[in-house]
Amino acid sequence: MASHAQTLTAADADRFHMTEEHHPENGTLLGFWIYLMSDCLIFAVLFAAYAVLGRNYAAGPSGADLFELPVVAVNTGLLLFSSITYGFAMLSAQAGRKTPTLFWLAITGLFGAGFLTLELTEFAHLIHEGAGPQRSAFLSSFFTLVGTHGLHVTFGIIWLVTLMVQVGQRGLDEAMRRRLMCLSMFWHFLDVIWIGVFSFVYLLGVLK
Amino acid sequence: MTAADTHAPGAHEGHGHDAGHGSLKDYVIGFVLAVILTAIPFWLVMGHVLPTAQMTAVAVMGLAVIQVLVHMIYFLHMNSRSEGGWTLLALMFTLILVVITLSGSLWVMHNLNTHMMPVTAHDMQQMP
Repeated sequence: MASHAQTLTAADADRFHMTEEHHPENGTLLGFWIYLMSDCLIFAVLFAAYAVLGRNYAAGPSGADLFELPVVAVNTGLLLFSSITYGFAMLSAQAGRKTPTLFWLAITGLFGAGFLTLELTEFAHLIHEGAGPQRSAFLSSFFTLVGTHGLHVTFGIIWLVTLMVQVGQRGLDEAMRRRLMCLSMFWHFLDVIWIGVFSFVYLLGVLK
Repeated sequence: MTAADTHAPGAHEGHGHDAGHGSLKDYVIGFVLAVILTAIPFWLVMGHVLPTAQMTAVAVMGLAVIQVLVHMIYFLHMNSRSEGGWTLLALMFTLILVVITLSGSLWVMHNLNTHMMPVTAHDMQQMP
């Protein structure tokens, strides 16, 4: 009986030790993943709103009248390129090479800024044409959905610049690599959401 | 198999930096696949390749789903082992909620639309 109790405590102690040991690093990433999942729900609700309201034009312009697919294609390309350049930044960070990491992060930021510029130009063009968010339910839900994504990209760029400054100051220690990993997940997640936007909103919007 | 035995691989996984990190090969494969899966739907819509709009819509959404999976696997490095399976579990839970939200909204709103009384121009004039 005594020996049984002893092995039990030994096994417990062992397990306790292991969880304790790897917890600090992985807890952040799992937590951030759960945040991304909640963000995913926000976008799901906005997609649902667009799916319900997307054909209510209120005798105004429809997607086929407004959307310019070549611009959307360029935008998609910019975001896709920014995804792979962020991947290169992560690879450099894992190898502990500071200058290439900063270089790829800067390239990623530029692609992101290019994406935002094109999107804001498109928004300004739409509003100038009288197709602002107040024109119809379709445009309200369109601006909310695409605008929320754009807002995420904006904050992603702010975060990216912050991390670049920090990497410059502190180098690539464990904490910095973890932060870069979180932004990596955020950035790739935004690209995943954009797949839904360009397929469901733009391509299907032009179709009819 | 003791508790410590079953636990060991998961704990080891957490220490090794493989989980959640990709290789150059992963990123390049993912990028090439993503470019192809983006180009096809744009080509389908802009080139009016398929005979009906409905077929194009189905193809575009199907390709979007495949591309989401490609991004998940090659860019976000999703697998059943990362974080001891908790990320996949959270993803599954989220996807169930997303499906309920989307299909539920569409179903309810469609139902409401079909049960609305047809409104004529004359009715509109009588409205307050």
